[in-house]
Amino acid sequence: MSLDYLLDAANWSLTSPDGFPQRILEHLGYTALALAIAALVAFPIGLLIGHTGRGALIAINLGNAGRALPTLGVLMLMLALVGIGLVPVTIALVVLAIPPILATTYAGIRSVPDETVDAARGVGMTESQIAWRVEVPIALPIIIGGLRNASLQVVSTATIAAYAGLGGLGRYLFDGLATLQYDQVVAGAVVLAVLAVVIDLVLAGAQRLLVSPGVDGRGADNSPTTNRPAEPISSTA
Amino acid sequence: MSEIWNYLETNGSSVLTALVQHIWLALLPVAIAFVLALPLGALVHRYLPVRHVALTTGSVVYTVPSLALLLLLPGVLGTSVLDPTNVVIALTLYSLALLVRTTADGLDAVDTTVLQAATAMGYRPLRRWFTVQLPLAMPVVLTGLRVATVANVSMVSVAALIGIGGLGQLFTRGFQLGFYLPPIVIGLVLSVALAVVADVLIVAVQRGITPWARAGGR
Repeated sequence: MSLDYLLDAANWSLTSPDGFPQRILEHLGYTALALAIAALVAFPIGLLIGHTGRGALIAINLGNAGRALPTLGVLMLMLALVGIGLVPVTIALVVLAIPPILATTYAGIRSVPDETVDAARGVGMTESQIAWRVEVPIALPIIIGGLRNASLQVVSTATIAAYAGLGGLGRYLFDGLATLQYDQVVAGAVVLAVLAVVIDLVLAGAQRLLVSPGVDGRGADNSPTTNRPAEPISSTA
Repeated sequence: MSEIWNYLETNGSSVLTALVQHIWLALLPVAIAFVLALPLGALVHRYLPVRHVALTTGSVVYTVPSLALLLLLPGVLGTSVLDPTNVVIALTLYSLALLVRTTADGLDAVDTTVLQAATAMGYRPLRRWFTVQLPLAMPVVLTGLRVATVANVSMVSVAALIGIGGLGQLFTRGFQLGFYLPPIVIGLVLSVALAVVADVLIVAVQRGITPWARAGGR
């Protein structure tokens, strides 16, 4: 297994159009575009279904069917229907990313305890306030988990962009295979694997920053007496 | 529509070969991983240090993109890039990473009072494991098996990109023919159908071996 291509400084030049920095940027670009569109589609739907409880069965079944769709096949279908370019690649990656985001958004919102939602309603919050200020913050760890899962799959699969004539890290894999330069294939695969792990770590960090300490248990070591009234004011229950 | 039938008439046997190969490449890894996951999951369930190491390793393995793994394995194993063994090993690793976790979760979820009752009735550890603990853990384990199976069926298609068979070949065939729709559509329909059939079969098995889930309860 030769690492020559990976370790060759010339391939890491910032200005080279087919160097690693440029290819990584392209790869991240396809990934971010697809994830953003998928989140814009799947998050509101998941939120609505989770909040109202309506249409859950359809969403779950569509999500499962989407999971079974091979992305390569979707890409080929889109290439045949739309033609070559960024659009078919993005559609294929969006189709890949929607099921995990939709399913976890729905599951996260559903996991919020009923009494919490009832309490929010009881203090006079509107339905959209309940959704945005109560359900979403509590469901956030699960929702971000789905986003991590989706980005992992999209980063892995964005290699197909190269198969459709675009750039990204897939270039090294397919060009290397076509010209039988295995060290180029190895380099592409190693950079891709490291990129996937790094993105997952970054999102894990983002999860810690975004999720309220009161939700994920980090706030649990605070002494309860300093934060809350020690006794309920009245117990009518 | 008629184009699709025409394609099936003239290329029926190659479509069938691709389908059979797809079934092997997708399901053999799940079967291997399932057999390995039972003892490994039991170890993970029982020993805390093992749990930490195994679950961390599993999540790292799961992070590695399938195409990257497919291309790196030949270098590690000394196999040819076109060897289907790479696909079987790569998918076994992914399935194993998932199934060890769900097996451990399933065993964790078994009520300890049930195990105490079995022990009190004179069950020896091994018999207790096979006849009480494992069957009760099965619903969770089989849920993991369903996810792994559906994921594998759609992942095998990727292997066609590096020239290994399965339904993915129909996609690359359509590509080579200048984005010719029939093989692409046939490949999509067959791989979704395969995933659905495999899923339904596992659910049927699950209903068969967990009769208590239907009896009474609610």
